[in-house]
Amino acid sequence: MVTDSSSTQPIRETARPVHQERTKISTHEVDVFYGAAQAIRKVSIDLYEKAVTAFIGPSGCGKSTFLRCLNRMNDTIDVARVEGTILLDGQDIYDPKVDPVQLRARVGMVFQKPNPFPKSIYDNIAYGPRIHGLATRKSDFDDIVEWSLRKAAIWDEVKDRLDQPGTGLSGGQQQRLCIARALAVQPEVLLMDEPCSALDPIATAKVEELIAEMKMEYTIVIVTHNMQQAGRVADRTAFFYLGDLIEYETTAKLFMNPREEQTEAYISGRFG
Amino acid sequence: MALTAFTVLFAVSIAGYLWNRRAASVLREGGARLHSLSGFHGLYSFLTAAIPAVVVVLFWLILQGPIIDWLVMSGLPAGTLDGLSKGARQLTLAEIKSIAGGRIFGTPEPWKLEAAERLNSLRQVGSVLMVIVAAALSGLLVLLARQKVSDIFRARHKVERTLSGLMIFCATVAIFVTFGIVASLLFETVRFFERVPVGEFLFGLNWEPQIPLREDQVAAEGAFGWIPVILGTIVITILALLLSIPVGLMSAIYLNEFAPKRVRAVAKPILEILAGVPTVVYGFFAILVVAPALRSFGASLGIPVSPNTAMAAGGVMGIMLIPFISSFAEDALSAVPQSLREGSLGLGSTRAEMVTKVLFPAAIPGIVGGILLAVSRAIGETMIVVMAAGLIAKLTVNPLESVTTVTVQIVTLLIGDTSFDNPKTLAAFALGMMLFLVTLVINIFAIRIVRKYREIYD
Ligand SMILES: Nc1ncnc2c1ncn2[C@@H]1O[C@H](COP(=O)(O)OP(=O)(O)OP(=O)(O)O)[C@@H](O)[C@H]1O
Ligand SMILES: [Mg+2]
Repeated sequence: MVTDSSSTQPIRETARPVHQERTKISTHEVDVFYGAAQAIRKVSIDLYEKAVTAFIGPSGCGKSTFLRCLNRMNDTIDVARVEGTILLDGQDIYDPKVDPVQLRARVGMVFQKPNPFPKSIYDNIAYGPRIHGLATRKSDFDDIVEWSLRKAAIWDEVKDRLDQPGTGLSGGQQQRLCIARALAVQPEVLLMDEPCSALDPIATAKVEELIAEMKMEYTIVIVTHNMQQAGRVADRTAFFYLGDLIEYETTAKLFMNPREEQTEAYISGRFG
Repeated sequence: MALTAFTVLFAVSIAGYLWNRRAASVLREGGARLHSLSGFHGLYSFLTAAIPAVVVVLFWLILQGPIIDWLVMSGLPAGTLDGLSKGARQLTLAEIKSIAGGRIFGTPEPWKLEAAERLNSLRQVGSVLMVIVAAALSGLLVLLARQKVSDIFRARHKVERTLSGLMIFCATVAIFVTFGIVASLLFETVRFFERVPVGEFLFGLNWEPQIPLREDQVAAEGAFGWIPVILGTIVITILALLLSIPVGLMSAIYLNEFAPKRVRAVAKPILEILAGVPTVVYGFFAILVVAPALRSFGASLGIPVSPNTAMAAGGVMGIMLIPFISSFAEDALSAVPQSLREGSLGLGSTRAEMVTKVLFPAAIPGIVGGILLAVSRAIGETMIVVMAAGLIAKLTVNPLESVTTVTVQIVTLLIGDTSFDNPKTLAAFALGMMLFLVTLVINIFAIRIVRKYREIYD
């Protein structure tokens, strides 16, 4: 599993040509309702394996809502109701046979606000592997913790204080800790909801570097309000507006040459 | 007459309020830019007039009695009180007062009748004077307040300062009352320890507070070792906690983390009803339902069960504490940020794992604080144990035997004919003092823990 972390390449070049890609997640006419209010309307989209997809759009357009459908986090909200089909590797994740708990181990999530548990840094990382029984011996856990923290580019900063509370880290460190925590359960897909919105430019750069590296192995979906960020990290970008998926294109095409007028207006900063 | 005085002074103050508000409004309509809104000018007048007048009337009411008494006594014909003891003088005064109230027994001496008449007329004059003073004072103050109305007068700040002064006063009163209670308790406790050595009380293993009330009664000396009593309290408290902690915590976790909205909407009010049941009703429940059930259950197993078991009292007290612990635990759980729940679920944990591994550790300080407060409630709980626990202090930890508690002993010691100078009665205060100290320490701990935990998330 351990990859050589020095193999950071420019993002554009690592983006593979479209025809080689395999669909990881495929949604068909997904509707989401909060009570009577519809937040997502008939969204059909294919998300590709080992690629980064960015969701952009004005506040309240339903990006988080849609993202949370992909690992059934919306199940935890009483009033939320999801309709339509969402396939992960061809399997319908809303099928009654699918255990949402197992699903969330495969489709990990990093939240907008860093949310480390009030536990030690070590226990934060070991939390997922423990509940999923990924290791039994202490040394295996040690390995997982080190591997995850290295992956999240925070190992050097915390290796001497693994027993200290994760809540005592800076905001940027906390967010990387949360990414490491998600990686520790070895998900296939990583959903990131505005992971950099609470971070300074340096921490943001680190997380972006991380994304660029992680996409070698993971399917990554990132919600962002930062158009430059989408441009830097994403292979494809989806533009949402008022619950509709307006346009979904390779990032270069969407930003250079948008098909829809609304997209054009949004990325040129005329609204949102 | 006191009522009249208060009515008058409030009426004057309200008039002052209206007057000043009107005056300020007139100024405003005249185009002036007032520093304060008209309402504040009105309030300023009201407070300026009402507060001093209320204080004066209150003092008047307190002082009028003694002053009139003194006037009456010193106005008696010379020589009548000569050679009388303090007690005899008071008796004379009491007689005069009852004559003044129209209750005449026998044929009192003419000077007493005269004095009674004087007393009545003095009282009348005093009351009328009080109303006049109240009216005059508040009226004067209203006039003064009216002078102040102007565009630059900062009525708003004055009102603010007066109100905060009033609040400080009320808080001080509460604190002084607390000190007063503790002081009185302390005073009687010291008197008890003058008769019974502290060591005997603290470490004695016998509690038999039978002391002859009269000199000629023959009875045992009485023993005042509080260990069996506090042991009874501890046994009952532990039994109560053994029931209430698991049930309370589980129901809190269920209601907060698992229950669908509809269940919560029904179950929470029911728990709150449980919290509002008077403890005397729990006492009935203990005597009429739990104790007989325990006994017949014990009999069916061939175990002797006494009628007033610690188990029955503790169990019912535990039921009483369930909503208490549950509501504390719920507060603690809901104080844990939603993001931690999502973080855990997002990693693929079940709800149960989320509760036990993330929420519970995060909420534990608040829960512990709640449990400690429940402990001090259990220790201080009186009605249930008076009804359901025993009276005899027995040195035992067997929950199927009858034990007594500190509160039960305090009640029994103070019930019936008591004189406040024998150790039996004073022992109640010593017990009360110990109870106070124990719960104080527990509460301080609890509050500290709760506060410390608040700092984590706020
Ligand atoms: N728990 C909820 N209950 C009810 N309505 C909700 C809930 N969460 C979101 N909504 C509504 O759904 C719509 C979409 O919200 P969502 O959070 O998905 O927007 P977003 O695109 O992520 O916005 P932002 O960029 O501000 O995060 C909004 O109108 C919002 O008010
Ligand atoms: Mg959002």
